[in-house]
Amino acid sequence: MNADLPPRQKLQRVKPMKEVSLYTRTRDRGASGEDPMVRRLAMAELKERWALLSLTLPGFILVFLVLAVPLGWLFWLSAFDSNGALTLDNYLRLLRPVYLSSFLITFQMAFCVTLVCVLLGYPLAYLLSQLPDRASQICMAFVLLPFWTSILVRTYAWLVLLQRQGVINNWLLDLGLIHEPLALVNNFFGTVVGMVHVMLPFMVLPLYDKMKNIDPLLMSAAANCGATPSQAFRQVFLRLSLPGLASGITLVFVICLGFYLTPALLGGGRVSMWSMKISDTIALYGNWGAASALGVALLVATVLILWGMRKLFGLNGQGRTD
Amino acid sequence: MFKLNQAVTPTQITHAHRLWLYALVGLILLFLIIPCLIVIPMSFSASQYLEFPPREWSLRWYEAYLGSPEWMMATWVTVKVAVISTCIATVLGTLAAYGLSQVRGSAAKLVNSLMMLPMLVPIILVAVGVFFVYSRTGLNNSITGLVLAHSVLAIPFVLIAVGNGLQGYDMNQEMAARSLGASRPWAFLTVTLPQLRLSICSGALFAFIASFDEVVIALFIVGGESSTLPRRMFANIRDQIDPTVAAVSTLMIVLSILLLVAMQYIKRLERRQQH
Repeated sequence: MNADLPPRQKLQRVKPMKEVSLYTRTRDRGASGEDPMVRRLAMAELKERWALLSLTLPGFILVFLVLAVPLGWLFWLSAFDSNGALTLDNYLRLLRPVYLSSFLITFQMAFCVTLVCVLLGYPLAYLLSQLPDRASQICMAFVLLPFWTSILVRTYAWLVLLQRQGVINNWLLDLGLIHEPLALVNNFFGTVVGMVHVMLPFMVLPLYDKMKNIDPLLMSAAANCGATPSQAFRQVFLRLSLPGLASGITLVFVICLGFYLTPALLGGGRVSMWSMKISDTIALYGNWGAASALGVALLVATVLILWGMRKLFGLNGQGRTD
Repeated sequence: MFKLNQAVTPTQITHAHRLWLYALVGLILLFLIIPCLIVIPMSFSASQYLEFPPREWSLRWYEAYLGSPEWMMATWVTVKVAVISTCIATVLGTLAAYGLSQVRGSAAKLVNSLMMLPMLVPIILVAVGVFFVYSRTGLNNSITGLVLAHSVLAIPFVLIAVGNGLQGYDMNQEMAARSLGASRPWAFLTVTLPQLRLSICSGALFAFIASFDEVVIALFIVGGESSTLPRRMFANIRDQIDPTVAAVSTLMIVLSILLLVAMQYIKRLERRQQH
């Protein structure tokens, strides 16, 4: 169809979509030099654009030097050996059982934590969004305080609560419910508990944001149309809250993949997450090539998951609130 | 609007129907809040071991913290690094947010996504990469190196906060100032900046806490005299446990409560400004 149109009309179809500056318009008309006033205006606009963009320069340079350069360097280390020849050795190493089991554990962990966060976060966010303002603000403080408290402090608190002679074991022993201390920490379980505690606010906040924007009249409308409360909830509320759920899941899963601190302290050396493998490969073996390959793989997995979730749910990074 | 005390229609949900939900959410809230508070009473214990509730009370762990040159040094380093990084990140982030709010196009998009990168990249990778580059430039074990890394981590927070503020700001005000003869920087400083102050403050708070609580990078690139507080705490927790950590944790919890209150206050002011 479009082939029949003369090229000029095609151009006109595309043009209005873009924001066209005075400079671009002038340049595209080939008007440069025709009207000195227009030309000067256009040049001034261009200059201003660059001046404004140069305001970002100090920050840009800092991020570039401290983040992009090291990342690029890691990439280089992973793909080239000491003689500068391209090699896949470091990536082939990742297929060894130790690394594969670490990938597996990392994904299992991320999956478990995300699942528990959904199961706990959805009811919590739902009730928060339904409560009257005052009550919901008070409950929100319970979500925000952990969010603002150092992860290290919270992980320490879990260690204190869960360890062999910890608060929970002591209470259970005193109550006579158990006769031997339970192994609650330094294992998979303890790590999941600690990580869920860190991640739950990341699930609740986007969900709450989305749910707060669901018009309560829609639920009344569903009821008017004869829906039972559970039907109305499933067919109206749940569907409308799905984008919030999706952004929560994405956020939690991705952060879990690269999580270091909590598994390192609560895993007791038994939960060998991906990030810990990276750190061990450097600290214990000094093998930069292998560590870099692990790092690049982690980054690629992170980006792929973000991209995949975005494609699946049409997410907009921060989770849209429209 | 919602009166759930008694059912008006046979299908309407009442408070009684929702008891299970209230109970569940109550438990979840306890799960969230207990680990943030349990350390506080335990830090006042007199015993060598952590107990809850403590059998005897004392301030000995606070004395141990305040009396230890290493802990004091670490605190001082942390505060210094956090304050300097916050200043750097706030200034650079605000400038960038302002520039990016005015310019569209692919160059701006590229700049924006690079500057948001520190939020996306797993922290362990940042730490390893920075460690590698610093070991070649002699920045390891230096406050400068830590400040640079923390500033980079904090920039996205400022960018988001100030960017949000700029979205609700009418740029025509600056135009008006300029048409009355103010230069662009002057118009920005006297018209735009004062109206962005709340967004900038909230960005700065995020930046401060991001640096103050940061462990993983510090774990890699500093040690000894330039150790930060979280780094010392990490080592202390891992290598088992002298309750001094509980005292330090309590102080950090108090700090986070203060920051949370400050943040809520800023949000309230912001809401009032919008009306």
